[in-house]
Formats: sequence, C-alpha cells, structure tokens
Amino acid sequence: MSPDLLKLIFGRLGIDSLPLHEPILVGTFVMVALGGGALFAGLTYFRLWGYLWREWFTTVDHKRIGIMYMILGIVMLLRGFVDALMMRAQQALAFGGSEGFLPAHHYDQVFTAHGVIMIFFVAMPLVTGLMNYVVPLQIGARDVSFPFLNNFSFWMTVGGAVLVMASLFIGEFARTGWLAYPPLSNIGYSPDVGVDYYIWALQVAGVGTTLSGINLICTIVKLRCPGMTMMKMPVFTWTALCTNILIVASFPVLTVVLALLSLDRYVGTNFFTNDFGGSPMMYVNLIWIWGHPEVYILVLPAFGIFSEVTSTFSGKRLFGYTSMVYATVVITILSYLVWLHHFFTMGSGASVNSFFGITTMIISIPTGAKMFNWLFTMYRGRIRFELPMLWTIAFMLTFVLGGMTGVLLAVPPADFVLHNSLFLIAHFHNVIIGGVVFGAFAGINYWFPKAFGFKLDPFWGKLSFWFWVTGFYMAFMPLYVLGLMGVTRRLRVFDDPSLQIWFVIAAIGAGLVFLGILSMLMQFAVSFLKREQLKDVTGDPWDARTLEWATSSPPPDYNFAFTPVVHDNDAWWDMKKRGYQRPLMGFKPIHMPSSTGTGIILAGFATAMGFGLIWYIWWLAAASFIAMLVVGIGHTFNYHRDFDIPADDVIRTEDARTKLLAGAK
Amino acid sequence: MTVAVNPSQTGEPVFYLADEHPHPEGYSTSLGFWIYLMSDCLIFAMLFAAFGVLGANYAAGPAPKDLFDLNLVAVNTSMLLLSSITYGFAMLTMQQNKIAQTQMWLAITGLFGVAFISIELTEFAHMIHEGATPQRSAFLSSFFTLVGTHGLHVSCGLIWLVTLMVQVWRFGLIEANRRRLMCLSMFWHFLDVVWIGVFTFVYLLGVLR
Repeated sequence: MSPDLLKLIFGRLGIDSLPLHEPILVGTFVMVALGGGALFAGLTYFRLWGYLWREWFTTVDHKRIGIMYMILGIVMLLRGFVDALMMRAQQALAFGGSEGFLPAHHYDQVFTAHGVIMIFFVAMPLVTGLMNYVVPLQIGARDVSFPFLNNFSFWMTVGGAVLVMASLFIGEFARTGWLAYPPLSNIGYSPDVGVDYYIWALQVAGVGTTLSGINLICTIVKLRCPGMTMMKMPVFTWTALCTNILIVASFPVLTVVLALLSLDRYVGTNFFTNDFGGSPMMYVNLIWIWGHPEVYILVLPAFGIFSEVTSTFSGKRLFGYTSMVYATVVITILSYLVWLHHFFTMGSGASVNSFFGITTMIISIPTGAKMFNWLFTMYRGRIRFELPMLWTIAFMLTFVLGGMTGVLLAVPPADFVLHNSLFLIAHFHNVIIGGVVFGAFAGINYWFPKAFGFKLDPFWGKLSFWFWVTGFYMAFMPLYVLGLMGVTRRLRVFDDPSLQIWFVIAAIGAGLVFLGILSMLMQFAVSFLKREQLKDVTGDPWDARTLEWATSSPPPDYNFAFTPVVHDNDAWWDMKKRGYQRPLMGFKPIHMPSSTGTGIILAGFATAMGFGLIWYIWWLAAASFIAMLVVGIGHTFNYHRDFDIPADDVIRTEDARTKLLAGAK
Repeated sequence: MTVAVNPSQTGEPVFYLADEHPHPEGYSTSLGFWIYLMSDCLIFAMLFAAFGVLGANYAAGPAPKDLFDLNLVAVNTSMLLLSSITYGFAMLTMQQNKIAQTQMWLAITGLFGVAFISIELTEFAHMIHEGATPQRSAFLSSFFTLVGTHGLHVSCGLIWLVTLMVQVWRFGLIEANRRRLMCLSMFWHFLDVVWIGVFTFVYLLGVLR
C-alpha cells in the first residue's frame, strides 16, 4: 500500500509505535495479555457476559455504579502504584555512576502517568464511587436525580482510564509531569502522542466527572426524604454536596485549559506559546484554578467519612455538627482563593504572594476546627477500634503533620527554598495519602458490609493497615529530609552518594506499602471465602446512626420499601431509640428507572474518537463523533425510561428480610 | 417537602410514608439544567479571561480596528436577539397548546440562528482571507476561540431545535417535550446573554482600544 493511503487509514500509528524495544513494557504486555485473556476466557466459559451486560454495564442503579467506580479505582491503584515502585527503585539505584534501570524517556512517562492515574483514575473514582453509593441511601432516596446520566458518567471515566492504559502499549504517555505545563507540552517540544493521550484521557473522563457532579448536586438538593432539612443532613452528604459544587465549578476550567492546549497543538494557535503573544504562564494560572479546588474535591468527602466513622465508633453524636458544616462550606469557598501558592516563584510580586500565602494559611483554621470536632467526639466516647476507626486515627495523626508542612510551604519566602523540592512531594503525599487514601479505606471498610452483606476480614485488614501506615512514614519522611537538603523532584540520577541511604529507606517504605496493598487484596479474597462467618443480616453491623443502615445489606434495588421520614441528624439512631417498627405490610409498586446500554455505547464512541484524535486518524474521529451524535439523539426518542417494580416483588423481598431478621434473633 | 412530619394523631412519631407518590418525571431537570448552564458559563468565563489576557497581544499583526466591521456585527447581533424574541413567542404559543404556531416560531428562530451562523462564518472567512488567521497572534487565537465557541454552541442549539421540532411533530406537546423546549429556551437565551458580553468586550471595546 502507498504511504499516503496508510497514513489516511492509520494516521501516525505504525509498527514502530509499539514499544517492542522496551523489555519492561513487552513483559508487562505479555502479563496483561495473559491475564486479560484468562479473564475473557473465564467470563465466556461461565457465560457471564450476558449477566454482566444486563446487571452491571447497563445498570442505572446508583449502588452498582458506585461499586463499579470502586473497582475501577482499585484496579487503577495497582497500575499507579507499580509506577511508584519503579520510581522508588530507580531513585534508590541510580547512584555512583549507575543509570538505574529506567531510561529517561521511560522514567519521565512513569512519573507523569503516576500522578495522572493516582489523581484522576484512583482518587476520583474512589471518592465518586463512595458518594454514588452512600449519598442516595443517606438521604432516603431511591436513586440519583438522573440515573442514565450516572451510568454515562461512569463509562466516560472508564473511557479516560482506557486511553491512559492504551498509551502503555500503543505509543507512549506524556513526559511532562502530571499537569503538562507548556511550552514543554506544546507541539514544538512534545511532538509525539504522549501529551495527546494525556489531553484526551482527561477530556473524556472530565465530561463524566462534571456530569456526575451536576447529578449529585441535584440529588442532594431535590431528593432528600421528608424531614431532612439541610441542617439535618449527615455530614458525609454535606461534604458530598460541597465537593460536587466544587466539581461543577472547577472542571469546566480544566476542560477549557486542555482545549486551548489542544488548539495550540493541533491548529497552531498561540495561547501558550513563547512567541506571537502567547503566555505559558496563563496556562499555569488556569490549570491551578482547577487544580487547587481539585485537592478539596478529593479531601472533603474523606472528611465526611471520618465524621461518620468517628461518631459511629465512639457511640456518640458528632461533636459540633453545625461548626462541621460551616467549616466545610468555608473550605469550599477558600479553595478558590489560594491557587497561586502553587507557583509563588513565578514572579507575581510580594503583594500578590502575600495575599495568597495568607489565604492559604487561613484554610488551616476550618480544617483545625474539624480536627478538634473529631477529637471531642472521641472524648469520653466508648471507642471501638474497628478497622474504619483505625484508619481514622491514622488519618488524624498523619493529616495534622501534612497540614503543618503545608502551612510551612504557604510562607512565600520558605516556598522559594522548598518549591519543587522533595519536601513538596512529601507534603502532598502526606495529605493525599493520609487524607484521601486513608479516608477511602476507612469508607471501604465501613460501608463494605452495607454493599455486600458481610464484613471485611479484620485480620488481613489490620495487617494491611499496619503495612500501609508504617510504609507510608518510611517512604515519605526521608523525602522531607531530602527536600530540606535541596533535592528537587523528578530527578532520575544522583551524584551525591550521601543521599542514597534516604532513597533506600524510602524504597523500603514503598515496599511495605506494596505489602499493604497485597494484604488488602487478600482481605477481599479471604472475606469473600469467609462470607458466611462474616455475614450480617441486620443491615446495621456497626450500630450506626445514619439512614443507610436502616435498610437491608445489600439494600434492595429500591433502597427503601417506604420512603423514610426523618426527625433528627442521626436519623437511624433516633429511629432505634424511639422504638421504630419495620413496616411489614401495605407494600405498593415502586417506580424505578430502567437500564439502558446507551451510556456505555456513547462512552465507547467517545473513547474511539479520542483515540482517533490522538493518532490523527481523522476518519475514525469523525465517524465516532457522528455516531455519538446519532446515538445521543436517538436516545432522546425513547420516552419510556422507567417501570414499576410490582408490589408482589416488593413483598417477596421484604418478607425474605423479615425471615432473616427473625433468624438473627 | 410539604409532607407532614409531625406525630400522627396517636402521638407516635412517623418514620415512613405509608402512602407516597413518586417524584414526577423531570422533577430535577430544571435545576440540573441550570447547574449545567452555570458550568457552561464558566467555560465562557475562562475564554473571556483568556481574551482579556491575550486580547492586546497583536504580535505586530492586525488589530481589532483593522478587522472588525461593526455594521456587520450589529446586523449579526440583531439576528441573535430577534431569535431570542421569536423563541419567546414559541414558548408563549406552547403555553396555549398551539402546536402549529409553536412549530412556526421555532422554525423562524432556527432561521435567525442560521443567519447568525452564516454571517459569522462569512466574517471569519473574510478575516482569514486577509491573513488574520487564528495562528497569526495570541489576540486572534483568543478571538476565534471565544467567538467560535459561541458559534459552536449556537450550532448545537440548532441541531437540538430541529430534533425537538421533529419530536413535537411526532409526539405533540406532551409534558416531556414541553420540558425539553423549556431547557432549550434557557440554553438559547443563555447564548444571547453570552453574545452581549462578546459584542461589548470583544467588538465594541476592541474597536475603541
């Protein structure tokens, strides 16, 4: 075939785009192919595809979508963590003339992919998954406001993750760092597909994130059960509301910044170029206007989880509910007023730097208030040291440390010394792992019995906990030291042999965290095998306080046979105290949304369009775009999107639960 | 949330609704669409900000004075403003359940929209012909992106308008279609408001600069 025709069909994709010369990648590919092939064969052999399609892929049930988000987050955690291990190993080895085992070309992709994956495809799905699962249950709703949109949002997030994973074996990923600052990320310095993978992965996933933000705001505003006024909402729902407001108010900014960067790269405009009047600094400003709120998008729901866990496992009403809500709202607002602290060294001048330094320090006040609220909730409480509570205590210690180094970095003169050093790396891992990751784990351990009807195994859970916590401290405390000594981030080789010992300690720490992750996977497996022993039929294994524990575990499709009526902040606690009797008759048909395959199909075309744009396969991009339009418009011609669960089915489900409850007593 | 949450007659607290009615279809739609519009508004805010930063970076190329024909822009603006009025008429006739008239006003709105897009494309073609391409300077990059994004929104609105006309034709002014026409109405007026910003900050202030 002529080169022109090949180019028309495949764009810039060719045999040489496959990383056949990189043994690490070839090995990974072989393993992934074997694993994926085995999974595919297994699913086919056991005839599970139909089940998966009907019950999971096309579902609009917020609970199943929530679980799928969690699975996505955990799978991507493995990928992101392997990147981390490779970096730690490289930095521990590359001393005394050694080049380590990663060439620069590969190493730069590894640190970029690590950041992108951990934020967008681990932390975000974990947080969104928990919100998706828990919020409708906590507010006594049957589903979210827009169930189809929820399914579509999830699959768009998956589409982004698929593009990032594809970059591992087809072409390459960006070598720019996780925020892809121009001019480095512009076409002149990054002419290959890496940055394009970055752009389209985030654009596809970003659409999903924005839409799910709108969805959850509407759900919380419109679908609360009777009696649940704003100030009677559980704190997790409050933090979810604030987080989703932040999502809607910040992700469009990311969309625009990346769109402008793509225009620069594809069309040759001059937004972020060095010549023709472009301004690379505008990119840095704009992306951090999204980036800083993003940090709070991740951590606010974690704060909510800790609030639920602390009051449940201390057996007490949360201390300072009102102040907790106001602290959350204040953090939401302040998160927009601090973005410039990410680049004090850019040269904005003393006045601007002082303003942003001070606003940054002010954020520690509402955060500190929260910390004291948790402490006072525990004070004189009857604390049960179950797994969620352990993670919460580890969070409180770790996050205070990370917060204090954050306040330190907020002082502009100090930041001039520490900017882009390993001190910064240690700081943000300290707050993101100590806050978001520990929060997600507390949430997983807390709500797992709600989702599946059996508790997680405490032995492997505790093992995972101790590996994670000790591993975290071993991995990141040396980085504080190195940062103070002046070591900057993203270095591949080192000259000064006296630094090596710190990197070796950090690598051992990363190894411990790895054991923590393995223990967690073990915990899931063991718990599944021991599910009969760990079973909970009451629906309320922790003697908890909020509405999600009022229904069975796992909850029926319709969540609550009758919509609850709420009189108190701790609605379920109030019901238990006042002798609530579960209704046993009078069930009626329940109106529910129907499943649809449109979401996954649309997201599939969006992903194909992204792939076409990345490789300049224009026909593919155009065809996928038109297909999206046709499928999307076609979907609006379907006016019958819901059905009634017959009363008989409700009676059968509820009777089964009555029997189980009777058996438990 | 008007359901009584007070204790029942017997004094026992009520913990669930024995007799409930599901939320009507589209219960959250207008709120959801408003929030979507606000997120879209942020997209425009960012593009305006980019234009504010880069709008005077001509890179020794053409400036607004050399490029903008305010008469043409005035005609164009009137197209869009008139289309908003005619959309308003469509909504009024929709309230009166007059399908034919609603369709007619929607069609007129669409024609104004097409006129707007055509004039805008003519203007773009003219500028590009004169060498004022998006690649020429940061000013032109941000100009084409801001105005082009607005035009893209109007084009999407047109596709949506045609779709809705087909749906009204086939299914009548049923509740779902009324809700959809209402959403498009908000979208269309929103684009009008954005255009007033474009007209003022890009064209009028640009020529003054």
